[in-house]
Amino acid sequence: MIEFQNVTYGYGGATLLDEVSFSLPQGSFHFLTGPSGSGKTTLIKLCYAALQAHAGQVRLFGKDTASLDRDGVAFLRRNVGVVHQDCQFLDHLSVAENIALPTVVSGQKGARTAANLTDLLAWVGLNDVANALPPSLSGGERQRAALARALINAPDVILADEPTGNVDWDMSQRLLKLLVELNKMGKTVLLATHDMALIRAAKTQVQSRVLRIQAKQVWLAGADL
Amino acid sequence: MRGLIESTLIFLIGDAQAERMVPPTGYTVRLTVFAAAAMAFLATFALAFSMATGRLADKWTSDLSRSATIRIAASAEQALAQRDAVLAVLQTTPGVQSFRVIEAEEQQDLLAPWFGEALSLDLLPVPTLIEIVERPSGFDAQNLQFRLAAEAPGAVFDTHRRWRQPLVNAANRLKVMGWVALGLILATLAVVVTLAAQSALAANNQVIKVMRLIGARDSYIALAFVRRFTLRGLLGAVLGVVAGVIALLAMPAAGGPAGYLTGLAPSGASWLWPALIPLITAVIAFFATRRAARRTLRSLP
Repeated sequence: MIEFQNVTYGYGGATLLDEVSFSLPQGSFHFLTGPSGSGKTTLIKLCYAALQAHAGQVRLFGKDTASLDRDGVAFLRRNVGVVHQDCQFLDHLSVAENIALPTVVSGQKGARTAANLTDLLAWVGLNDVANALPPSLSGGERQRAALARALINAPDVILADEPTGNVDWDMSQRLLKLLVELNKMGKTVLLATHDMALIRAAKTQVQSRVLRIQAKQVWLAGADL
Repeated sequence: MRGLIESTLIFLIGDAQAERMVPPTGYTVRLTVFAAAAMAFLATFALAFSMATGRLADKWTSDLSRSATIRIAASAEQALAQRDAVLAVLQTTPGVQSFRVIEAEEQQDLLAPWFGEALSLDLLPVPTLIEIVERPSGFDAQNLQFRLAAEAPGAVFDTHRRWRQPLVNAANRLKVMGWVALGLILATLAVVVTLAAQSALAANNQVIKVMRLIGARDSYIALAFVRRFTLRGLLGAVLGVVAGVIALLAMPAAGGPAGYLTGLAPSGASWLWPALIPLITAVIAFFATRRAARRTLRSLP
């Protein structure tokens, strides 16, 4: 589903990822961990072609992301749900409108889309704030809204970059539970976090693996996590 | 053609949800609408000015090109004889359609604007004037001049070309200047819309980032801005043209006894020309914004 082959990336001449190789099979659940600044966000961005590898190849759904033009990248992103720590909403639109945005840009309309939106709002527990503007939401509500937006197009891959970074433990557990549910539906999940407790908590809920970024490389972490 | 109409309708009707993605920015809205209105107002005047000078040139050309005058400056004793000689020459001149002696009353009317109604021609040595209207095929002016010199030495033949041609040239130049002014106004409008669009795009960097994140194509993002600025340009231009037309109607009607001057306001079907200004403005706004949007989106990672 996601495959890195000898991928190198850096900023301003400094290498952050050096000939990184790994693959995430369809339906897998992976945590991505590592110290701050190690390249977790960069790796997530490489996955959905927000960045292009300086060397090597990133393949998503079997396609080399470097070979895609801008339209190709846009179509690819419609099948990838991305959740950022800062959520990235359009603050002048309501929560419901923000969640529905991916369906708007992909030209989906009609009762089914509306039903999906209603179901999603209920699933993430945001029915009461559907018409509120994003700045009025709490951190947890924002993350759940971002997750709902990432899911509205029923993508096969969920990329979550520190979604629990700004929320308390209970909310982290709740978000984790939602992601685990998605994984059980067959979605491939890659969750970047530096929260080891969250990773340990997940072990009881889902068969997950941990990728650790260390020394510019990605390692499959041991069972001691 | 059908596809073009459908595309235009889709563009005009738009996608209400897509339209809402770009937040309304009051400053650029007002700037674009005001600039389009001001430019359309000026364009209406430039267009009217150009059409009026064109009409003036045509009028001078058509009214005077087929006419000429013979002036007989001779003593009272010889004037009558020379007049008869001139008339005899004209009767045998091929290409002359008609000729007539301008009567004293008519001369008095012509001189009244300068000397007043109470002018008595007895006090002024006014020459005898003969007006000639030529056939469309024209006559040989040089030959006529030679014959007049021989038969009536006091007759001065004037084809009006000496003073008419510079006026026609001036009117035609003014007409061109009007079109140049119109072109500059529309070019300025394109610049203003481009700057406003660039400003809006820069202010909405976050919107573009989010739209790309959720899979929006650049053409879709650009369209949201293009549609907004095109419709703003159209609205402003309609307001500007309406104001311009009202101003033209409010201008005093020109004319005068000679009829050589015409009003600035268009006449008849010419009123349809200002109606094109909003459409041209919308087209300019469309392409200016699309170019700005594409350039900005290309420059963003």
